[in-house]
Parts: sequence; C-alpha cells; structure tokens
Amino acid sequence: MKFIEARKLLFEYIRRDEEGNVEGILTALDGVDLDVEPGEFVAILGHNGSGKSTLAKHFNVLLKAGGGTLWVDGKDTQDGDCLWDIRKSAGMVFQNPDNQIIAGVVEEDVAFGPENIGVPTDEIWKRVEQSLKAVGMLQYRGHSPNKLSGGQKQRVAIAGVMAMEPKCIVLDEPTAMLDPNGRKEVLDAVEALNQKKGVTVIWITHYMEEVVRADKVYVMDQGKVVMQGKPREIFSQVEKLKSYRLDVPQVTLLAYELRQAGLAVPEGILTRQELVEALCQLY
Amino acid sequence: MIRDITIGQYYPSGSILHRLDPRVKLMGTLAYVLSLFMFRGIVGFAAATLGLIALVKLSKVPFGYMVKGLKAIMVVLVITAIFNLLLTPGEPLVSFWAFRVTQEGIKNAGFMVVRLSYLVLGSSVLTLTTTPNQLTDGMEKSLRPLNKIGVPVHEVSMIMSIALRFIPILIEETDKIMKAQLARGADFESGNLVKRIRAMIPLLVPLFISAFRRANDLALAMEARCYNGGEGRTKMKPLIYGKRDMVAYLVEAGYFAGIILLRRVALPWQG
Amino acid sequence: MSIILDKVNYVYSEKTAYEAQALKDINLQIKDGEFIGIIGHTGSGKSTLIQHLNGLLRASSGGIYYNGRDIYEDDYDKKQLRSKVGLVFQYPEHQLFDATIFSDVCFGPRNLGLSRKDAELRAFSALRSAGLPEKYWYRSPFELSGGQKRRAAIAGVLAMRPEVLILDEPTAGLDPKGRDEILGQVAAMHHELNITVILVSHSMEDVANYVGRIIVLGQGSVLMDGTPREVFSQYQELEKVGLAAPQVTYLMHELREHGIPADVEATTLQEAKGCILQLFAERRKNRDRE
Repeated sequence: MKFIEARKLLFEYIRRDEEGNVEGILTALDGVDLDVEPGEFVAILGHNGSGKSTLAKHFNVLLKAGGGTLWVDGKDTQDGDCLWDIRKSAGMVFQNPDNQIIAGVVEEDVAFGPENIGVPTDEIWKRVEQSLKAVGMLQYRGHSPNKLSGGQKQRVAIAGVMAMEPKCIVLDEPTAMLDPNGRKEVLDAVEALNQKKGVTVIWITHYMEEVVRADKVYVMDQGKVVMQGKPREIFSQVEKLKSYRLDVPQVTLLAYELRQAGLAVPEGILTRQELVEALCQLY
Repeated sequence: MIRDITIGQYYPSGSILHRLDPRVKLMGTLAYVLSLFMFRGIVGFAAATLGLIALVKLSKVPFGYMVKGLKAIMVVLVITAIFNLLLTPGEPLVSFWAFRVTQEGIKNAGFMVVRLSYLVLGSSVLTLTTTPNQLTDGMEKSLRPLNKIGVPVHEVSMIMSIALRFIPILIEETDKIMKAQLARGADFESGNLVKRIRAMIPLLVPLFISAFRRANDLALAMEARCYNGGEGRTKMKPLIYGKRDMVAYLVEAGYFAGIILLRRVALPWQG
Repeated sequence: MSIILDKVNYVYSEKTAYEAQALKDINLQIKDGEFIGIIGHTGSGKSTLIQHLNGLLRASSGGIYYNGRDIYEDDYDKKQLRSKVGLVFQYPEHQLFDATIFSDVCFGPRNLGLSRKDAELRAFSALRSAGLPEKYWYRSPFELSGGQKRRAAIAGVLAMRPEVLILDEPTAGLDPKGRDEILGQVAAMHHELNITVILVSHSMEDVANYVGRIIVLGQGSVLMDGTPREVFSQYQELEKVGLAAPQVTYLMHELREHGIPADVEATTLQEAKGCILQLFAERRKNRDRE
C-alpha cells in the first residue's frame, strides 16, 4: 500500500478585500499527482513560490485541499475524523528552527508532542530519550534551545516529531536557514532515521546537493509537478531545471558542460567520484 | 546591551531549589514578597536578609549573575529613592528650594531601595531555578480551581510559558533591527521626546511584524504536533509532592511566622 | 583611501561568566575598489568583524582607520562613517519598515539630513542600481518576494552613497536563480558604481565566482588572506576549520592523483572546464601524432 497518494490535488489562496469580495485567486496547487511508498526518501524540489510548501502542509492536514484527493497512511485527508490520526502518522518539521520549539528546555520540548496525544509519563521519558539519541542530541537534553546552533535546534525539532512515533516525517525546507555545517548535520540525522528506523521521509528543499541520495525526486513549478524520477534522471536535464529557477550540483553541471563541449562523459553524473572515473576512462 | 537582561532566564545549576516542586517555590516567593512589605525594624530586616542569602546560596546561581537583573530596574530604584528622600516629612537635615531631606526620609529611602532590590532578587530566584514550563505547570495546577468559574487556566499558562520562551529571542531580534537601522543613520538617542518616539517606528514595525510571523509559525507547529488544548494531555513531568517539598513548605511557613512575630517584638531601642 | 585595522580585539560580555573573545589581533588593509569575500563558519567572528568596520561595535583594543583617520577619535562623526561604510544585514525584514519601498529607501538619506527632494533623487538611482523593477517601488515591502526584499534592503543602504558596501549573507534563503541574480547584481554594482564591496558568505562556490580576494576567519582570527586560487589551494587547512574549497578544486586534485595533469588551482567551473577540455585536446593531438 502507498503511504501517500495524491490525485489531482488543487489548492487556491483567495485574497479578499475588506468587504469580503474576492480580489484575486492564486492557484498554489494545480492538479498535483504524487505517490510515496512506505520507507522511501522522497525529495520535492522547487524555487520559492513554486507551491512546494503548500503541498507539504497538506500531508498532515494543516491545509485542506480545494479539490482532488489525498490519502495519507490509508486515510482520507478530507475526513475530519481522521485529522489527529493523520497528524500522528505524518509529523512535520518547519523551516525556522526558533519558531517551532515551544518549551524552554530541550527535553520538555521533545515531550510536547507525546503529551498532546496522551502518552503515559513513563513512556514519554522513554520516547524522549530514544528520539534525542536518534538525532545525536541526548547530551543537550537539559539545555535551553536558545543556546543551541541552528542545526542543533532543527535536530531537536526532528526529535520532537520522532517522539510521536510517526511513520513519516515531512520536512519543509529544514535547511534553508542553516549554514553548510548545520545543513549536513540535519541531512545526516534524517538519512539515518530513514535507513535505520525505516521512517518515510519527504524532504522539501531548493538545495540540489541534498537530494542526490533520494529515492525519488519531484520538481514543482507554478503549483504543478513538472518533473519526476530518480535523481540521476532529473539531474541529466540541466537546461530544464534551469528554466524552473533551479540548478544542479557543481560537479553535475561541469559534467554536463563537458558533454556539451563534445567529451563523451555519460549523462546524469551525480558525484565527484563518478566524474573522476569517467574522465580517467576517457583520458 | 539589552541582551544583558537576566530576569526570567533559567539558570541550570542543578541545586536543591531546582528540584523543588514549582508550587512550593511559587508559594515561597509569595511568602517572601509579602514578608518584604511586612518586616519592621532592623531585626526584621536582618531576617529578610538572611532569608535572601539562604535562597541565593541554595540556588547555586552566581550572585553576580543575579545582580545583573537589578540593572534593568535601576531607574525605578533611583526614582523611588529620590521621592522618599525628598518627600518624607520629619526632622529636616538639609533643605533647599521647597525640598527638605529628613532623617526619616533617608531611612525610608534606604528601606525602599532594599525592599525593591530584595523583591527583584528574591523573585528572580524563582525564575532562575524553575524552567518556564515548570513554572506555568505550577501555576496551572495551583490555580486549577479557577477553571470552575470560567478562567481558561491552561490556556493562560500556555501563553505565559511561550511568552517566556520568546522573550530572549525577541530581545536579540530587537538588537539586530536596531543595528540595521543604525547602519542607515537612524538615531535613537538624541532629540526631544517626540523625536525619540518617532525614531522608534523603524524599530517597532519590523519587530511587530516578526513577532506576528513567529506567532503564526508557532501556532502551525503546535497544531502539527497535535496540540488541541489542555484536554487529554499527559505530562512528562507531572507535579507530585515529595518529602523535600513538605519540608520546604514548613520552612516557608516558619519564615513567614517569624517575620510576623518579629513585628511584635519591641526591641529596647525602638520606642 | 582605505580601511586599516590595526590589532583589533573584541571581547563579548567582558568581565562576566560569558566572556568570550570574538576577535583576536585582526590586522587588515582594505583598499579602494576591492571586491572581497569574508568566509568563516558560524561563530568565526565574521559578523562581529563587519560591525566594527562601520562603528556599530567598538573594539576592546586596537585601532581602525578609515581613509587615514582614527574612527575612535572623540570628534569622529559616527553617522558619517556609517553612511560611507554601508552595511546590509542578513535579513531584509530587519530593516524594511515604511509603507512603501520608495519611502523606505529614502530613510537613510533623510537621516543624513538631505532634503526630501535630494533623498528621493538618491532613492531613484539606488533602486535602479539594486535592480528592483519600477513596478515594485510604491508597493509595501511586505508584499515582495525574498529576492526583491533583498534588493530593496540593498537599495536602502546604497541610497546613502556609501564608498564601501558590506553585505552579510546576501543570498541566505534565496533559491538558486535568486542567488545568482543577487550576486550578479552585486558584481554589477561593484563595477558601475566603482565602490569597494565586501561579501560575507559561507558558500565557497558563490564567493569564488566573483571576488578578487578572500579573507578566511576562524575563531576570531584571520586564517588566510589571498586570491581565491591561493586560498583554495590550501583546502586541507580549510577543512580543519569546518570549511571546504569549491567542488571543482577537489575534482582537479583527484584527477591529478589519477595521473591526469589537471590544474589544481582552478576554482570556478569555467576554469575547470577550460582546463579539462584543453588537456583532452592536447592528448588527442599527441595521439594523432603517434
């Protein structure tokens, strides 16, 4: 069974003036089809304003679709009775690390989710410990979040979601406000959760380097899915990506340009090692 | 700069005060604050001082760190002192214009400054040793009876704990906005009152917009983590009284009774 | 005409438990018209350093000289300094406040005591230099996209006609196209307005493409100072302080390890591409000769 199945998903932001008359309609999602299998690492790429964050907010029903269907973990998101079940099985991490930490102490923040869903006290302690350990933040359990780095705060936020034992984590541009070290920290932590604990991951970003190891990539533009496939298939279409305000990792771009200049480098090079090997063979 | 404000900032030192039930600490703070306005004479003053020293020592928070909190209320202290100094009737020592500095004035000014300083220091022990969450948990539980008369106790305490968490963030943000405007030649320090208030606009607008955005984000994040009001919530750290909490209550009661008794003790040199 | 830093030290929260030395013995000379990248990871002191250049922070010890004058002299006009050394902070949201972009950009020149008309003239040219299309000028700053806000913020500083423009992480949060557009605009401003530009960044790839000189900061000290080629050739040193050279630099080194005589000093994609193509062309020529 698919974990997430979206068909012809539609969402519109309607702007009204003071009297409530419609001033303008912005179609943020325009017929999105998307499938996520359990245990997959799926990346959603798109420039700012492409609709990727709007889509993310549908996965745990922070927004409700204006049309089409969306099933999460076998439940219909339009069914109001399933709301809390869906939010339990698809957790969400947001962009700004400061604006999603609620408590003044790391471990108390991680406990916030489990407390909300009525987990017994002993069990909360167990879960808090396990989730902080899973993201490598256990030694900071007694700290104030204000003294942590951006990458550390994001890992606390991830632990907070993990403590609710979801089957899936949706991360909406979790690295946009971080420096390169923080970005790597967070990506490593999430990849570990995906591989070791089998958590389904939906990773939303515009940094191309981060999706090289994804199982599947969706590219969005103007509320539509415009490309989908394995990273290698996506990255071989450099010109097309550029037309969607995206780019490719530097090594991929170099390989592409060398190919354009007539060198027989294979398509869709993703890593430095691959390019070195290809060039050595040709030389 | 403004980042130096320490009132309300939790200081983890793992002392015995940190481990006490927040309800005990709330009650204790209340008792201490009341005692500051009830003590009389030098003996009462000594008792209050001893009480404060004991609290500071027990909290294991560096005294210097605590005193920094006083800086924020320096203006209030100075104004109080001046008013008491100049406006207390009695035996004049010095007089100029319409003012007379009296012996009683000096005494009153001294006591008021001490009282206010003790008040801030004493209550900062509470916030320094209690996490905002524990604090609001304590309030929520102590005030629960008010729920019956329609006071949304859980919601109010949630709002308070979030406010406490965001105070340092917003202070830091204010600092950044100030610098960004200073870099464009803004002047927050000179000019008359009207000019100064006008100068605050470029600071306040970005600050409010940011605060609203944060509030919006936070509401979304709480909803995503299944927050649905106080109903059906469990606690990671439920409040259960232990033996040491009972002992602490006894100590508090003893201290408060002592202060009241000392009011009645007329020492030989006090008429 | 230049900025000189002489043994600048800065200590945060001096004489408290949180005391920390943010800058250690910084000696630098920034000449007129340079395009400089300052690189360092979070906490390396780069934000602290740039706030010294326009006098927002005062060094605990050492001296800073702008065009030969000591900025710590008592009668030195700090406001004047801040207009000459323009600093654009990371988040445009921290500075945009007025009802329209245009009036917001006028804020700086008005603070310098210019008449409304002169301020508006400056705002026009600043908005144009920052590349913000005219249709946005009279809109509220809060309706703009991230990239446009950034341009509005840059214009707000440019309108003071600075001689030195410092940009703190101007590409943070922008998508790849937005990033290229802003950096391209900054490079154009450097060229057209003939000003000194200092770009603070943690992206090596960004910086390598544009600047002529890189200053690497680590734990409050200047670790390296030189052309991108010089700095990136010490990529092992960079890694020790949590930084890295651009991907192509690594690639060229690895090619060399595999026996291909690649130019290990290539720092940009175009340099690497040129070098590799040339190598393959020579190789083919040699083979044909045999």
